[in-house]
Amino acid sequence: MAKWLNPRSALGLALIAAVLVALPFVAALGGQAWVRIVNFAILYVFLALGLNIVVGFAGLLDLGYIAFYAVGAYVYALLASPHFGLHLPFWAILPIGAVLACGFGVALGSPTLKLRGDYLAIVTLGFGEIIRIFLNNLNAPVNITNGAQGVTLIDPIAVGGFKFSAASQIFGLTVSGPQKYYFFLVALALLVIVINLRLQHSRIGRAWQAIREDEIAAKAIGINTRNIKLLAFAMGASFGGIAGGIFSAMQGFVSPESFSLIESVMVLAMVVLGGMGHIPGVILGAVLLTVLPEVLRYGVGPIQQVVFGKVLVDPESLRMLIFGLALVLVMRWKPAGLWPSPERRRELAETRAEKL
Amino acid sequence: MEILLQQLINGLVQGSIYALVALGYTMVYGIMGLINFAHGEVVMIGTLVTISVAGLLLKLGLPVALAGGAGLLAAVAVCMALGWGLERIAYRPLRNAPRLTPLITAIGMSIVLQNVAMLVWGRNYLTFPAIAPKAQFEFAGASFTAVQVMIVLVSALTMAGLLVLIYRTRLGMAMRATSQNPQVASLMGVNVNRVIAAAFVIGSALGAVAGVMVGSYYEIAHYQMGFMLGLKAFTAAVLGGIGNLAGAMAGGVLLGIIEALGAGYIGDLTGGFLGSHYQDIFAFIVLIGVLMFRPSGLFGEKTGDRA
Repeated sequence: MAKWLNPRSALGLALIAAVLVALPFVAALGGQAWVRIVNFAILYVFLALGLNIVVGFAGLLDLGYIAFYAVGAYVYALLASPHFGLHLPFWAILPIGAVLACGFGVALGSPTLKLRGDYLAIVTLGFGEIIRIFLNNLNAPVNITNGAQGVTLIDPIAVGGFKFSAASQIFGLTVSGPQKYYFFLVALALLVIVINLRLQHSRIGRAWQAIREDEIAAKAIGINTRNIKLLAFAMGASFGGIAGGIFSAMQGFVSPESFSLIESVMVLAMVVLGGMGHIPGVILGAVLLTVLPEVLRYGVGPIQQVVFGKVLVDPESLRMLIFGLALVLVMRWKPAGLWPSPERRRELAETRAEKL
Repeated sequence: MEILLQQLINGLVQGSIYALVALGYTMVYGIMGLINFAHGEVVMIGTLVTISVAGLLLKLGLPVALAGGAGLLAAVAVCMALGWGLERIAYRPLRNAPRLTPLITAIGMSIVLQNVAMLVWGRNYLTFPAIAPKAQFEFAGASFTAVQVMIVLVSALTMAGLLVLIYRTRLGMAMRATSQNPQVASLMGVNVNRVIAAAFVIGSALGAVAGVMVGSYYEIAHYQMGFMLGLKAFTAAVLGGIGNLAGAMAGGVLLGIIEALGAGYIGDLTGGFLGSHYQDIFAFIVLIGVLMFRPSGLFGEKTGDRA
């Protein structure tokens, strides 16, 4: 408790709070599109922190994480859209999505968690693909997911008459739809960060860490490795499910295309590039990898215009090219991620010294 | 009965392609314990290079066999260079890094290769030049083409060549030694760096051959084609027991046949509820099923838990 009252940390927290409040209004100066990008960055922070529990804390390589996000997104889409004519409120659907995603996590995890390392990775990858293929094809003979066309006209998040999709006046200030979602997302993200921080040093968190470092030793000191691993999987999945629901509401549209393997891979890249298992690092990774492609999207074309007088190379592929190269270069110079935890950096330095 | 035979033939052909690609994954994995995520992209580049080279030569009026052969050689050369470059740029600097780090550089390289291919060859589907014979045969009610026969023969020969290389040459011995223990191998005078580079180069050459076969089988190609193919081939490698050459071959063929049979019969089995567009899920369902009962794949050695 005393740490919070320390003037320096209090000042830091106040500063962060001020930045978080001002951010959507600053971003809006560049257009509402930038507010949406910021929103997506926060949504990915949410997702990356969920995956961080599985990969970073428990050390289980999950390449199909996006499947849980997809489950959450489709649960929201089907329960709050004209597709089935159901319009449940968001506070009822998000928990349903979380529970269902958690159920999928347990269903996938219980038979497969005994697999080691890369075998688990490929099984989760396969699971992700199975979910996507089903979403893509479950429109016949009974139309459940509407196939590749996806579900449209999904209800936005609303509390009573207060809709998150349209602008409204609050204390004489015009707050746009994306800006409202921003505050909703920040609140949720803060909650997730607190949960993560509390988990990390809890009994469960230490058990995860023990399993990550040495599963046999963990078993030997009496940790029920199977249940603890399953718990990590289930928790990660529930976070994914909630994030998916919000994604659905924010977009108003979902289709299987949003849940391809490359999305899983991107979320994993956020965790690893930021610094596996280190919460500030993961947040940094998520923000960077969401914002960088967008900055490139707006920057690559005009810069070519200025330098060469015309657009020489297709901006869309050039931007992904730079993005791919950035992934390679960052990992080469910072193999433990951009912002690894201090312990991890120390361990890495030690193994280096041993090898030399 | 004819349908069964037909599906078996189709599965065998598709499976031979999977097997060749799977070998690339399994060789790298066996030696370094690393999933080379960019391997599917190497195969794609192989196909596209063949399209350009063979297409150009055909336009110049060269005979089909010569143009096709030159296309294949060009693809193999480019892919070998690519494999070598991948290892140098994305993997070698990270040999002592945490386990997941090279996975991310591999993903980065995969994105880079896809976009380079898109810049060079464009976004559209490309037609594969007609370098393969067009003849068609009938056998017991099932029909198959000369291309299919060629694919099975070429992949069988290539795989036989690989086995000779691995089990009968000094390089092969060095590779086997490195896969058992790189440190001890280097003490015995094996140049581990060269062996690892060789694994990438050979795997990429096999990938190039597979790329040409995919192109001549489906007659179209696209800069994103490497992804699903790579995924299936990797699944095949894991199915057979990753790191195991025979396992990759068997896993590939098995996967091809399971997919073909699955696609052919799923409609009947589920009373028309699920159609053949569910073809892609068989690979993964079989994989999960097999790994539940044999956690190291069909032919993988039981690795004991190491403390």
